[in-house]
Amino acid sequence: MLNAAIMAAEEGTSPLVPNLWELLVTLVGFAVLMFIVIKFVMPAFEKTFAERTAAIEGGIAKAEAAQAEANAALDEYKQQLVDARTEANRIREEARAEGAQILAELKEKAGAESARITEQAHVQIEAERQAAVVSLRAEVGTLATDLASRIVGESLSDDQRSARVVDRFLADLETQSAGASK
Amino acid sequence: MIALALPATTTDEGFIAPTIDDTHYRDIFPWGGEYGVWFEGGFGKQMLMIILSVIFIAIFFIIASRKGKLVPGKMQFLGESAYGFVRNSIGKDIIGGKDFMKYVPWLFTAFFFVLVNNIFGAIPFLQLPSFSHPGSAYAIAAIFYLLWVGIGIKKHGLRYFKLAVVPSGVPWYILPIVVPIEIISNFLVRPVTHSLRLFATMLAGHLIITLAGSAIEYMVLTGNILLQGTSVLVLVGAVSMYMLEVLIMILQAYVFTLLAAIYIEGALHADAH
Repeated sequence: MLNAAIMAAEEGTSPLVPNLWELLVTLVGFAVLMFIVIKFVMPAFEKTFAERTAAIEGGIAKAEAAQAEANAALDEYKQQLVDARTEANRIREEARAEGAQILAELKEKAGAESARITEQAHVQIEAERQAAVVSLRAEVGTLATDLASRIVGESLSDDQRSARVVDRFLADLETQSAGASK
Repeated sequence: MIALALPATTTDEGFIAPTIDDTHYRDIFPWGGEYGVWFEGGFGKQMLMIILSVIFIAIFFIIASRKGKLVPGKMQFLGESAYGFVRNSIGKDIIGGKDFMKYVPWLFTAFFFVLVNNIFGAIPFLQLPSFSHPGSAYAIAAIFYLLWVGIGIKKHGLRYFKLAVVPSGVPWYILPIVVPIEIISNFLVRPVTHSLRLFATMLAGHLIITLAGSAIEYMVLTGNILLQGTSVLVLVGAVSMYMLEVLIMILQAYVFTLLAAIYIEGALHADAH
């Protein structure tokens, strides 16, 4: 063994001289392994990496979209709140104005109504007074003529004459009362 | 190569140190006689281990990558981390640019091919780093040599050789010195160091473990109580060397791939250097 080693060394079979079968097997082994790597391993890993990247980026995009949506909704709600407040104020103002108007209208209407009622009362009073005057005149005339005819004995049944007498009487009465009121 | 046989010559008591020949296991199918160089020997343990490594790596990564879940399981996570390490830490960081993906399969295959074959040296019963045989180391270094020279020519045409050996910004009168140095260092020494670095570290580590193992065996079997006691120290030393060797196995796989990436990057951007 020892001698063989020394002899081998002396003969120049250095450990650096390769066994070419091993060299060949290594080349083929490397080629086969690389084929498998290119064909199966790398595409699978790269696909997974790409999918993972896409999933993460998609998740981030989704979260960002949700955030944006939430912000938009919040803005919308705030806007709606402001709108609602404005609307409420407007309605309140309107109601106040309307109330004032209604009040004014009612006042006006009540004024008109009271004026009308007063007017009507006046007219009615005037009419009644007139009726009273007429009926009084007729009654007083009849009474007076009856009384006079009874006193005078003179028939004053003649309408024309009696009317004249009554008128004169009344005219006297009026002048008397006018003189009395003066 | 006398030096490698020296431990044997210094032992007069009968201890025969293992030699490099002991790293060559008996051929499983010896069709060309005993193991030797060039085309001597047949199908040996080392070739079986190369094939085993290919099968092992292929099966592991096919299973790890097949499911492709967004939330990975343990195995997929392991596979993705391993792939991502070569893809990003070596491929993207060293080569960079848009087209580093083209070279990731080369780097990925090389890293795990070398790593698994190295680790074989630390697994009991397998216990042979495949790249401690020079043929494999030459083969894988040659693949990358041809790859990066090819990339350089494809990218820059024949001008690539001028770009690679004539550094810009060097005064003309220094060029006669610099150019030969560049030629030697880039095109002659580089592939040799690329392969020998891997081969030598694996062989040395393997030899140290083998030497320690056979030394312990010899010391225990001598019947000399002092030697038997001392063998414990050898065992402690051997175990720590084994740990160191595991570290070197991983490190060399990384270094090999890293250098391959640096060479590719250098060929791609030869005009920028």
